[in-house]
Amino acid sequence: METQAYLVVATLIFLIGATGFLVRRNILVLFMSIELMLNGAAMLFVTFARQWQQMDGHVMVFFIIALAAAEAAVGLSILIAVFRLRHRVNVDELTELKG
Amino acid sequence: METVVFLIPLFLLLGSGALGLLALLKTRGVKVPDRLVSYIAIGGPVLAFLCSVSLFQKVGHDTFHAFGWNWILAGDAWVPVQFTVDQLTCVMLLVVTGVGSLIHVYSTGYMKGDGGYVRFFSYLNLFMFFMLVLVLADNMLLLFVGWEGVGLCSYLLIGFWWDDIEKAKAGMKAFIVNRIGDAGFVLGMLLIYRTAGTLSFHELRAFVGENPDAFLAGSGFFGVSLATASCLLLFLGATGKSAQIPLFTWLPDAMAGPTPVSALIHAATMVTAGVYVVGRTNFLFALSPTSMIIVSTIGALTAFFAGTIAITQNDIKKVLAYSTISQLGYMFVAVGLGAVSVAVFHLVTHAFFKACLFLGSGSVIHAMHHEQDMRRMGGLAKKMPITCATMTISALAMAGIPPLAGFFSKDEILWKAFDNDLGHGTFLWMLGMGAAFCTAVYMGRLILMTFAGSCRADEHTKAHLHESPRSMTGVLAVLAVGAALIGFLNVPHFLGGHAAFSSFVDLAVNPGAHEAHHAGFATEAALAVMSIMVAVSGLFLAWRFYVKDPTLPGQFVEKHREVYEIVNDKYRVDEFYDRSVTKPLVRLADATFFKLIDRRVIDDSLNRLAGVFRWLGARLASTQTGAARTYVAVMIVGLLLVILSLFT
Amino acid sequence: MLSLVLFLPLFGALMLLLVDKSNEKLIKYGAFAVTVATFLMSIPLYGAYEAGGASLFQLEESADWIPSLGIRYAVAIDGISLLLVLLVNFLMPIVVVGSVKSITRRYRDFYVLLLLLQSFMLGAFMARDLFLFYMFWELMVVPMYFIIGVWGGKPRIYAAMKFFIYTLAGSLPMLVAVIYLFMKLRHQAELDPELTASYSLEALSGLSLTLKEQWLCFLAFGLSFAIKVPMFPFHTWLPDAHTEAPTPGSVVLAGVLLKMGGYGFLRFAIPMFPNAVEQAVPVIYLLAVFGIVYAALVALVQTDVKRLVAYSSVSHMGLVVLGIFALNIDGIRGGVYQMLAHGLTTGGLFLLVDMLYERRHTREFSEYGGIAKRMPIFATFFIVITLGSIGMPGLNGFVGEFLIFLGTFRVSPVAAIFAVSGVILGAWYMLATVRKIFFGEITRDENRNLRDIDGREIALLCPLVLMIVLMGVVPGPFIEKMEPSVRAIVESYQSAIGN
Repeated sequence: METQAYLVVATLIFLIGATGFLVRRNILVLFMSIELMLNGAAMLFVTFARQWQQMDGHVMVFFIIALAAAEAAVGLSILIAVFRLRHRVNVDELTELKG
Repeated sequence: METVVFLIPLFLLLGSGALGLLALLKTRGVKVPDRLVSYIAIGGPVLAFLCSVSLFQKVGHDTFHAFGWNWILAGDAWVPVQFTVDQLTCVMLLVVTGVGSLIHVYSTGYMKGDGGYVRFFSYLNLFMFFMLVLVLADNMLLLFVGWEGVGLCSYLLIGFWWDDIEKAKAGMKAFIVNRIGDAGFVLGMLLIYRTAGTLSFHELRAFVGENPDAFLAGSGFFGVSLATASCLLLFLGATGKSAQIPLFTWLPDAMAGPTPVSALIHAATMVTAGVYVVGRTNFLFALSPTSMIIVSTIGALTAFFAGTIAITQNDIKKVLAYSTISQLGYMFVAVGLGAVSVAVFHLVTHAFFKACLFLGSGSVIHAMHHEQDMRRMGGLAKKMPITCATMTISALAMAGIPPLAGFFSKDEILWKAFDNDLGHGTFLWMLGMGAAFCTAVYMGRLILMTFAGSCRADEHTKAHLHESPRSMTGVLAVLAVGAALIGFLNVPHFLGGHAAFSSFVDLAVNPGAHEAHHAGFATEAALAVMSIMVAVSGLFLAWRFYVKDPTLPGQFVEKHREVYEIVNDKYRVDEFYDRSVTKPLVRLADATFFKLIDRRVIDDSLNRLAGVFRWLGARLASTQTGAARTYVAVMIVGLLLVILSLFT
Repeated sequence: MLSLVLFLPLFGALMLLLVDKSNEKLIKYGAFAVTVATFLMSIPLYGAYEAGGASLFQLEESADWIPSLGIRYAVAIDGISLLLVLLVNFLMPIVVVGSVKSITRRYRDFYVLLLLLQSFMLGAFMARDLFLFYMFWELMVVPMYFIIGVWGGKPRIYAAMKFFIYTLAGSLPMLVAVIYLFMKLRHQAELDPELTASYSLEALSGLSLTLKEQWLCFLAFGLSFAIKVPMFPFHTWLPDAHTEAPTPGSVVLAGVLLKMGGYGFLRFAIPMFPNAVEQAVPVIYLLAVFGIVYAALVALVQTDVKRLVAYSSVSHMGLVVLGIFALNIDGIRGGVYQMLAHGLTTGGLFLLVDMLYERRHTREFSEYGGIAKRMPIFATFFIVITLGSIGMPGLNGFVGEFLIFLGTFRVSPVAAIFAVSGVILGAWYMLATVRKIFFGEITRDENRNLRDIDGREIALLCPLVLMIVLMGVVPGPFIEKMEPSVRAIVESYQSAIGN
């Protein structure tokens, strides 16, 4: 019962993140949405680690935190570079990688 | 004893190496005195000659083996670097080092002042080195080292003056035509090795003696026996090296080299290698009458046709070149009939008179400022008495006038050809007589056109005509004396001699052979008289045509223009090869193989395959909009689909 | 000892990365020192390896690497590996010395890649673990790809891509086959407690495979090796790669990389899939014989010297394949010997062509002619190495060629006839090359002031020529070392096909 509650919360957090990513255009907000999704996933890891009494899940959370930090560092610097170039941070205008 | 055997080639190898280094140093501006070069160059051959003489004195009835080291592991047995000295080898050693030394001495005079003086002697020494390896080798593989080596040196020496691209081409032609023959030789070796398990000559002889059936088995090719197949393959090699039909075309072109080289190639080394190999393996040929018939027939045909070509040539060296081919034909008639000692005797006498003729012609060319066309010569006898005298002796020797050397050796061959029991004796003999007639005609023509009558050269050349230096004329004199007297080594029985030379060589090639039965002295004597008559009438004809009435040749040509042109064009064999082999091969290589298969079929189809992927990639790339949110939307849809599929 | 030799160049490459990029002298001397040290250290291997010793593979070193997958780091050498390792290490210092003039930009990266390449090649020759071998096999391609793609001639990208994709197309099926073999072994190990699942070559060669499995695996392995050799019709990457590669690249490519193919056939394809090999031999023979004549003829009509040498490589390597697939002692012995000989002569030819290229910046025949007058020493070296390449008896090429002919002749005289005629063509195109470059009058003004080769160039050619002569005159020491391995390959093959 207890576990299920955690799962529901984690899923909700993930879905909020996903929805935010899809509907907003500001890159800064997109970053926050990604952060939310990552945290939702991390929460799942912690939940199951506790459920099975194993450390693997905790380890993965550390990875996720580190990843998120790295991503923020790289992502934000890209964001600044983009802002300097275009004075806007609208994600739909950034289609340089179009094939 | 072993050390002496190894010393013989070693002297020349060291000489060649030292001279080669000097030649390279010279290109870097180091002063190399010609005198030093001459000493090194002559030193090697002379020392080798002295060693050969000492070997000759010791060999008697024995055979020496001198083991060096293990060379190639073939199957389970090593093929060693091993030299063997027997009677045949001794004779060859003496000829090669003796005549070779003389040619070296002559060259120091002839090549004086040439920019490539050092390089020339380096090659010349190397040439003799390989020839010595060839005659000393105990097994076929080692012999092949010398065999290819002389081919290489002929390439280097024929193309010695390589600034003239035609000369470089002639050198290359020699090497490649030789290689075609060599391919046959290699295949012959492989066949012999597979059958007998050895390449050593004396082991092979023993093997064939014990179980000849191994070689009489069928080879699987057109029902010929293994013996026939291997003999014919070896013979293909011999036709390349010894310039017989069908691979003789390189030899006339080989005249591009300096004249002493021609003398070395034609007289003492290289071209005799083919005769030597067939003689060495005579026990194998003895197993295969078919191959004996083929070898002797080709020899006789070559002798005759080359003789006819020689009559029509105007270049003094070309005449001599074709005469070499013709004389080699005689030798093949003899080895083909199993009369190795007779062939080797002709080889020896030929070495003397041909070396003398070539060096003599070199002397003439030297005096004439590199003019080689006999139509611009004439009347040189007064200006160049020694050259004239020595060349005349040699020419008479070659024409077969007794008691000069050529008479004895050639007559013996004609006799063997007549008296063989393979069933084509008369045919061989008639071709041989025809060739003998040609020999007398072209030799007479050469001497008369060069030395008799009045000089047809321009005034400038006339004014500078001079006899050659003593280093050259001395050599000519020695060779002429040899050409005159050496025949007495082998006076046949019907003239009251003992055939000493033949019985000596027979120790090596026909051990335990008895004196063959004779049809009778009367027949032999009658044949000898006939061949003398043919020779004399040939010489007479030459005199009639070129001295008595010099307009006759022109009239004769007018009357038989078509025949004359074909013969003068050397039966157009070169053109035939060019049209039927060389050009189609190059066309096949360029048009079909390179441009069609390589470029069009393989590369294009691969590039087209790559093109297909590139096209696909371009199509698929349009799905990549570059909009991050689209990607995420697709990802989420995908995720939902995965989850859905998990629950169903 | 093996590991030391194997990793020294790799270590050297790492050290070079620490050197300042602009310190040209230190980088070049450093690279030279590393290659010389590697060569010196591999000389004792020759003495340490006892031919006819208790085991075929000696000086073994091994350690667990990825135990859960049964992957081990295991290296050892037999006679064939020994000789090829020596060939690599002998050529490398020469390549470094030969490249100091021709590599003019990004030299640090170049030497790092070259040293990496050396380590990978050594690894491939030493590996006794199939996974390890595969890793080195693939890794080799990477430095070569960059060497061609960065320092190459004009269409270098095309050539580099072609090389890479050709090789990869060959080696991916091989990877599948490698994994398949491993899975098969693991499956058998589950049933049989005496077996353990691993990539060890001994264990994998002990697998009993059905004929169909052998065929599939042989095709996968064989394609990869055939491309590397390269055999007709998989050869078209070679002329492009050779022509566009910078000369040090060509030397390594011709000298060593091609030998990987022959080595692969000998070490993997024949011992592991003998029954498939037995059935495939006629086809391979046909391709090899055709390839020999074909490549020789194509070489005849080339106008670019490097391209000509490349096609001559195809022809010569066809001979190697012919010898190996004669599957008798003479043939394999000759094949291995020819690989060594070809490595030296063709490597030498590429170095020589590069010396010309450095002076005149062209490789077209028509630009030369008559230059023997200006460069006599160079011409001498060129002719000697050419003679080695066309199988002049007394030089190294002949020994291998003769043994190959002997081996081939025992199996198929007709094939031997064609192979021998390929050798005639070899003399033809090589001598034509010599004639076009060196002989005749000098026709172009640019060639009138060519300078002859200098001390450095002579110094790097001398060891090559020395080995070419030595291997031709006394091949015994080389043949003796490989003898037990050759016999073992033949015997295991004979017993596998029930003969």
